[in-house]
Amino acid sequence: MDHSPDDLELEGIELDLFVEAMRRRHGYDFGQYAPASLLRRVRQLARSHGDGAISALTHRLLHEPALLPQLLEGLSVPASDMFRDPSVFRALREQVLPLLASWPQLTIWQAGCAHGEEVYSLAILLEEAGLYERSQIFATDLSALALERAREGIYPLRSAQQWSRNYLAAGGRHSLSDYCSARYGLLKLDGRLRRNVTFVQHNLVSDGVFCEAQLVLCRNVLIYFSDPLQQHCLALFRDSLARGGFLCLGLRERPDSGGATADFTPVDAALRIYRRGSTGSPGRPP
Amino acid sequence: MKRPAAIVLGCSAGGPDALKTVLGGLDPRLPQAVLVCCHTASETVELLCGLLGRASRLPVIEAAEREAVRGGTVQVAPAGYHLLVERDLHFTLSTDPRVNLVRPSIDVLFASAAAAWRGALVGVVLSGANADGADGLRELRRLGGCAIVQSPGDALAGAMPQAALDRAGADHCVPLDAIAPLLNQLCLP
Repeated sequence: MDHSPDDLELEGIELDLFVEAMRRRHGYDFGQYAPASLLRRVRQLARSHGDGAISALTHRLLHEPALLPQLLEGLSVPASDMFRDPSVFRALREQVLPLLASWPQLTIWQAGCAHGEEVYSLAILLEEAGLYERSQIFATDLSALALERAREGIYPLRSAQQWSRNYLAAGGRHSLSDYCSARYGLLKLDGRLRRNVTFVQHNLVSDGVFCEAQLVLCRNVLIYFSDPLQQHCLALFRDSLARGGFLCLGLRERPDSGGATADFTPVDAALRIYRRGSTGSPGRPP
Repeated sequence: MKRPAAIVLGCSAGGPDALKTVLGGLDPRLPQAVLVCCHTASETVELLCGLLGRASRLPVIEAAEREAVRGGTVQVAPAGYHLLVERDLHFTLSTDPRVNLVRPSIDVLFASAAAAWRGALVGVVLSGANADGADGLRELRRLGGCAIVQSPGDALAGAMPQAALDRAGADHCVPLDAIAPLLNQLCLP
């Protein structure tokens, strides 16, 4: 759609009304999302569900509740890749998992799991480190449709080559094909990787602590939030982590920009891996 | 048009060399922010920033999430993320799906920058082998921004400037060597 400066003003009003309608009609508050990327997503939804006008989308949002899951999917975390940023997964494998091994039971929270690519990556890491049997992974997302996709663990086969390279660059000990099967142009992850994974809807804006975790991963989610919401989430992660537990964020995220990282010590600042509390104790007794 | 508050540059194949020429010719007194989106196969833009930094008299840095846009500084979109400019002139990154098969996408940067500066900016499309940037440049012009396109015949890869001319048109279509002097003339107080 093309815009004149006046259209931009109008569109800003339309976006505000959309956010207001979403909050009051369905209880989802996008008011603290970063405006530029929120506007892009809402524009795309307005194009794919109508004539491109945000006000028309708002009308449908108000009067067609069945549309809500699709809208939430369009407004939530986009798909990722398996072992995206292999250096991060290598550091998890080499620096974090050996320390996690001192806990008899492991709870791991992947916040904003989208289609689950990084959940399965993590499950493979745990499997190869011999820790999977005592792990419980909570994979959460705002979008129920995304969680369905994640639960299926089926992806386009064209991703396979890149993902295999990522897996090896992350220090994988076997071959990614050991964990999946390919047919009909699709890549299907081994269902056994899911046996200790619970997929559950969770809204970082409004839902609270639901577990005590030794590791929280939330990568490339905070970039969509404004500063106050980022700080809110970092506090939520801190409160969800056992003392000595680990936090892993996206490579270009800036948790230090708001001060909430005082509770965290960097394990590898460049890779955005942090540890809660600065004491050397391995953690609270289970 | 009032004096532009920012310069946005987009390029792809043949882009780094073209950027060296343009940035190398920019007057170091330019007060404008200079934002660059260059498609790259590398995992980071560290090398690109270094390369451009040696050619430019303006400092060259990677644009960082949450940072305020800096005047008199070249800021390069990081690899693997779309770069957007908020209305409060801070950067936001996004891992939304690729646009025109690429991320960062020039269209995404140009459209958000055009909205953030309400058209008070110059957009430049340089050498490249796909059509990314054309829609963004069109949006930028619609909002009152000034469009400069490298002459396709002069570009190492002419497809990108040609697509920009076809879809957006240009206020100036000039060879590479003329772009920096033109920017200086448009942007110096």
